[in-house]
Amino acid sequence: MPVLKADFAACQGYANCVDAAPTVYDIDDDGVVVLLRERISEEERPHIEEAARSCPVSALTIEDE
Amino acid sequence: MSGGRTVVVVGSSIGGVRTAQALRSEGFDGRVVLVGEEAELPYDKPPLSKQFLSGQWDADRTVLLTPEAAEREGIELRIGVPATRLDVAAKEVHLADGTSLAYDSAVIATGASARPSPWRPESGVHVVRTMADSRALHEDLRREGPVVVVGGGFIGAEVAATASGLGREVTVVDPMPTPIGRVVGPEIGQYFTELHHRHGVATRFGVGVEGIEGSAGDLRVRLTDGTELAAATVVVGIGAVPNDGWLADSGLPIENGVMCDEYSRALDAPDVYAIGDVARWFHPGHREYLRVEHWTNAVEQGVCAAHNIAHPDDLRSYRPVEYVWSDQYDWKVQIVGRPTRGTRHELVGELTGVKPRAAVLYTDEDGHLLGVVTVNWPKALVQCRRMVTEQASFDEALGKVKELAAAAPPRRAASTDTGGGR
Repeated sequence: MPVLKADFAACQGYANCVDAAPTVYDIDDDGVVVLLRERISEEERPHIEEAARSCPVSALTIEDE
Repeated sequence: MSGGRTVVVVGSSIGGVRTAQALRSEGFDGRVVLVGEEAELPYDKPPLSKQFLSGQWDADRTVLLTPEAAEREGIELRIGVPATRLDVAAKEVHLADGTSLAYDSAVIATGASARPSPWRPESGVHVVRTMADSRALHEDLRREGPVVVVGGGFIGAEVAATASGLGREVTVVDPMPTPIGRVVGPEIGQYFTELHHRHGVATRFGVGVEGIEGSAGDLRVRLTDGTELAAATVVVGIGAVPNDGWLADSGLPIENGVMCDEYSRALDAPDVYAIGDVARWFHPGHREYLRVEHWTNAVEQGVCAAHNIAHPDDLRSYRPVEYVWSDQYDWKVQIVGRPTRGTRHELVGELTGVKPRAAVLYTDEDGHLLGVVTVNWPKALVQCRRMVTEQASFDEALGKVKELAAAAPPRRAASTDTGGGR
């Protein structure tokens, strides 16, 4: 099952991920990404992959578990 | 689904790379070839005026696609060889090494180049667009002596911040009285001028450059008001021009960019797509042809084009809300929508002092939320980006941002951050 990972120290709050996949990514008051959930389905994966790749500092990845 | 089809993506910067990857995410199982002019592995450009320029990051940190990742994703990398010609009738991309690539769909993602400096002294004048540019400027910035930056836009401001962070004495020159005013309006633009001053960077705005003489280490910049600035190094950041010259004999309609329909397909050539800085496409929401030079636009348009290539029976029009960021000194600036189309704006928060937090909302006579500029406030940016997308009213948006401000008061930083552009 695909699992979302985030490098919270690298995140710069550019927020492209939140715009592209608001069901799994959000941002906190300090401008750091929040994972609304970690496990996603295979069906969601392509769309969330594209959202993760819209991160300007490559802070987001999807791993298989 | 994709049969034995081949997609050739020309241009290996952010737009081209993300298009190639998105083809796979969208389920395209044919051949994907990514062509790039530069011999470097595909790299990202925002750090070239900031962390890479300052020396804080090495080249590895800017890489967008390693050969291993390319292989894993089934992307054939053809880098170090420019495309020289597009034969639309034969459906072939010709390369500088004499070979050609047959395609079923082609994606033009050749980006833009720095507008060349009209002033050409012997040496010491730089532009910043490629890794080689940034490397060369970094070498010159290590040398003692003042730096003059011509152009007070985003690149100019970021380079000024980086050079100042490296200990150089910097002056930014621009013929506009408030250069960032082109994007945020003259009144808010004034705060950006003060931002330079607060970090010890001088500005000569409202004054043009007449000429530059001398050579690296000993340059003289003559201004239109008759004064002269001494400089060891000059950086010229006066915009970009689309890399569409190689398409001159392709028959594609080119007007300062490749003319495309709302699906990012070149007009009269539905097998050819153009995305990112080189594309001028019909935005169905704004009902006009636009060319946008923002990082996020290159990514989003690439994803949309990839979808359209992989799913020709489910074409999606490309109608983005504009979004751009810039990191200058202790400001993270984020801009969404079209602020300058507004006739009135309101500031929530402050734009003075150390690491301030603010949002500026722009509206027109009809009360629509047209655009928002935030400083050091990503949370507000996210909300506003959503509200611009949903075409919320200005009053509603203003209320929400004020609520947000009240719910989480700003945390002021304890000390001044003068770090190189970020």
